[in-house]
Amino acid sequence: MPQSHPISSAAWPTTRLTINGQKHELTVDPRTTLLDTLRDHLGLTGSKKGCDHGQCGACTVLVNGARMNACLSLVAMRHGDEIVTIEGLGESETLHPLQQAFWTHDGLQCGFCTPGQICSAVGMFREIEHGVPSAAMANVAATPSLDAVEVRERMSGNICRCSAYPNIVAAILDSRQGHAG
Amino acid sequence: MRPFTFERPTSIAAATLAASQLGGKFIAGGTNLLDLMKVDVERPTSLVDISALPLRDFGATAEGGLRIGALVSNTDIASDNRIREAYPVLAEALLNGASAQLRNQATAGGNLMQRTRCPYFYDVFMPCNKRQPGSGCSAIGGYSRLHAILGASRDCIAVHPSDMAVALTALQAEIEVHAPSGVVRTLPICALHRLPDETPDHDTSLAPGELISAIILPPPARGKQAYRKVRDRASFAFAVVSVAAILDCSSRTVRDVRLALGGVAHKPWQPRAAERALVGAPASGASFEAAARAAVAGAEPQPGNQFKIDLARRLIARTLTDLAARGG
Ligand SMILES: Cc1cc2nc3c(=O)[nH]c(=O)nc-3n(C[C@H](O)[C@H](O)[C@H](O)COP(=O)(O)OP(=O)(O)OC[C@H]3O[C@@H](n4cnc5c(N)ncnc54)[C@H](O)[C@@H]3O)c2cc1C
Ligand code: SF4
Ligand code: FES
Ligand code: FES
Repeated sequence: MPQSHPISSAAWPTTRLTINGQKHELTVDPRTTLLDTLRDHLGLTGSKKGCDHGQCGACTVLVNGARMNACLSLVAMRHGDEIVTIEGLGESETLHPLQQAFWTHDGLQCGFCTPGQICSAVGMFREIEHGVPSAAMANVAATPSLDAVEVRERMSGNICRCSAYPNIVAAILDSRQGHAG
Repeated sequence: MRPFTFERPTSIAAATLAASQLGGKFIAGGTNLLDLMKVDVERPTSLVDISALPLRDFGATAEGGLRIGALVSNTDIASDNRIREAYPVLAEALLNGASAQLRNQATAGGNLMQRTRCPYFYDVFMPCNKRQPGSGCSAIGGYSRLHAILGASRDCIAVHPSDMAVALTALQAEIEVHAPSGVVRTLPICALHRLPDETPDHDTSLAPGELISAIILPPPARGKQAYRKVRDRASFAFAVVSVAAILDCSSRTVRDVRLALGGVAHKPWQPRAAERALVGAPASGASFEAAARAAVAGAEPQPGNQFKIDLARRLIARTLTDLAARGG
């Protein structure tokens, strides 16, 4: 039978992880997701909770450099990991190149999906560098490169309810050009 | 979410023992289990995080195939050059599933063990024999557009959602399993998932506490291969119907063919009659059409998904024709 009361805090797991370069040791109820830890326990509210079910990408963060949905991970599962959130990418005075590109291209309307879009695009650039293929490639064994079709496929895990997609794609392609050629 | 204890064992023996206890459950990437725990469908009282187990190796087998550890991420399988070159149907199936974020999180073992996306299974206020045996099936006579047309039962018409499992079925992969007793066995992928029959609460043949440790691929098959998926939007959606096909032709005659269908049954569906009809037949549009008809000959659709018969038939014929044109 399922327990009807929370397990005693004495049995809570301790998780050591790095968030935006800062080490943390957290002992929290094991039900706590990485997303709720960031937002509610650490005040890092840049990562958004859109669906809480892996469907929208608003909670996208980088885990050891790879983009993931923070809503579908318990913080206890991230022991030893390095997390980067939108707060770790840039500040208002020193924007990350992708943040600057979204600004320049008006890649947002309400802005709710934007932190997730930007973290996701950072992860996508790394995937291209590591040769990760995509479903948009005619031949999965080929070397991947980015164009608008590829960006749309590779960013399909980030939904924008305002449908700012054309400008999001333009911002990402522009930033990529400025970045890696 | 209901309360649970959390542990992170470092040995397979400790993990299988812990998960075999009442209420115990493995968690790997968490992308399916946590989703279901949030809606109160899964109610484990103890979670066994398997991420510290030595299940990440990805190497050649003595037979000339590949062994993929159960914790290798979906992205890492699809990105591996050996997979992209010699088993492209598997890379394509993975890349057509979920989103980049989810593929980074999701593991090989978790992908195989993911549960159906039947909307009634997700809704604890609706009858569902898979979630609550004996309560009834809301999909029969209800919204059945995405449900099974083959191999369903009077108790459940759900489909298995994994794209990867469909490709592995065409590739005739094997699954390595560790039991809590310490016994290690391998079973063909077609013996992992089961048809619903009268016990749809059992998705697979695994017993509680049994751990998938690896997927074993046989040496690369001859011929050309492809995974084709039809879905309701261009990306990031489950299959309405999908096909994994491997076609080997010689002097315009089919030497060998392997087919598996997704989105049509409670497990990846092998249209054996279609495969048999093709071997030795001319590699022509007419043969492929006939085989595709044979593949769906026994279909028993619901009122809401009759279209899947034509869709599956056309998808099979089209995929085989394309493979033949590529020199399958
Ligand atoms: C929005 C969304 C869209 C998706 N779209 C697709 C899609 O288009 N195609 C597709 O194929 N999938 C899709 N998925 C599903 C996704 O592929 C699965 O959630 C994922 O593969 C599960 O892997 P995991 O490691 O996260 O599993 P977990 O959630 O950790 O575990 C899932 C189940 O497997 C069990 N388990 C895990 N590892 C093992 C093991 N080694 N041995 C035995 N049991 C084990 C767990 O106990 C649990 O019951 C989608 C998911 C989401 C959320
Ligand atoms: S089809 Fe299966 S999973 Fe869906 S409601 Fe019926 S019994 Fe439940
Ligand atoms: S909040 Fe995580 S994907 Fe929507
Ligand atoms: S800018 Fe509003 S959701 Fe994307």
